[in-house]
Amino acid sequence: METLERILAEHLFFKDLDEPYLQLVTGCASNVRFAPDEFIFREGEEANQFYLIRQGRVALQILAPDRGPITVETLEEGDILGWSWLIPPYNWHFDARALEMTRAIALDAKCLRRKCEEDHNLGYELLKRFGHIMEQRLSSTRLQLLDMYGVRS
Amino acid sequence: MASDLDISVQPAPGIADAMVPHLYVIRQVRKETDDTFTLVLQDESGGPKLTFAPGQFNMVYVFGAGEIPISISGDPTSSVLVHTTRAVGTVTRVMARLRRGDMLGIRGPFGTPWPLQDVHGHDVVIVAGGIGLAPLRPALYDVLSHRDEFGKVVLLYGTRTPSDILFREELEQWRARFDLEVYVTVDRAQAGWRGNVGVVTTLIHKSPFDPQKTTAMVCGPEIMMRFTALELQKRGVSPDSIYLSLERNMKCGIGLCGHCQFGPLFVCKDGPVFSYSRIKDLLVKREI
Repeated sequence: METLERILAEHLFFKDLDEPYLQLVTGCASNVRFAPDEFIFREGEEANQFYLIRQGRVALQILAPDRGPITVETLEEGDILGWSWLIPPYNWHFDARALEMTRAIALDAKCLRRKCEEDHNLGYELLKRFGHIMEQRLSSTRLQLLDMYGVRS
Repeated sequence: MASDLDISVQPAPGIADAMVPHLYVIRQVRKETDDTFTLVLQDESGGPKLTFAPGQFNMVYVFGAGEIPISISGDPTSSVLVHTTRAVGTVTRVMARLRRGDMLGIRGPFGTPWPLQDVHGHDVVIVAGGIGLAPLRPALYDVLSHRDEFGKVVLLYGTRTPSDILFREELEQWRARFDLEVYVTVDRAQAGWRGNVGVVTTLIHKSPFDPQKTTAMVCGPEIMMRFTALELQKRGVSPDSIYLSLERNMKCGIGLCGHCQFGPLFVCKDGPVFSYSRIKDLLVKREI
């Protein structure tokens, strides 16, 4: 049977996480589903979850008054969505919107934050893993900012 | 009995041959995007059909404007010659105004091709950025025409915006095939785009290929190629199995004039396709 613990254990993000920690994380996990165009979270709201996308595609968007929603990045199967739950004041900086039917595992970040405070080894483990994602996203964003395909003036 | 003077291969073209343009007539002009266009050309000189290997380029002479290197973007088995380019410089801007029936001078083909003959049985990952899809398209035609000889074939294509996507109809046809994985992403999306947003390197870790037996062919802006090569290596692809197509100031096409010198190499003669392991140290040298 496909249990949440097994799904999490097989995901690259949780690879080699100690068994007790994995059980603890699984205790904070639940299956969620989002319809096309449904908001998963919105800018300014409290960031109390993060998501492991199992199927579908999610757009990270920012709303510009004259231009409507601008997609800055899309995430899909296998990607981790959301790290604002780690950094005070724990509010989302972007909107996340399902572009198609999206299934994910939601992790209760409020619960995880508390457990990370109680057990710094767990906190460090999660921070290392999120640090890797942040590095990748920062690097990609820098390349986007370079406007590589633009005409040189 | 054969004498010692017999040779079994064609001699390389002499300097004079390589320097003389052949006349080609424009049979068709296709607008690909706002600033990118494709010319379909036919030989008017009555000489033998120009044969080329995917990845090679021609020197294209636009009369009254100048001569520039442009990769060949068409099918190697086709009877016509196809070039796709972007109107960005003096010569290409004049070229963009040419119409059906106008003439061009063509010298070539020059340079090294993609290593398609050496990678049979391998997975093939083609990573294109912007107009970099043009020199990779002949490679894809070749792979698809010998599809059984390769493992998985993956095309990863990144552009600036959805309106900059080249060969849109063909991409849709390729995407519909069961034996080819096509992923497209854009750096910036206008409203209504429901595809991927993010740089092309973000597609690499999700792509279905076996890094141990993969050959990657990469073409696009040099920064994009450097980061793509790094990402491919993170996936486990060997630097010897990553090939990049470089663009430099090619003039003569045969390594004589020195305009395209790249450290100890001449891009027109030793390239434009190089293995990453051969040039990775040169790519980050500011002095060359």
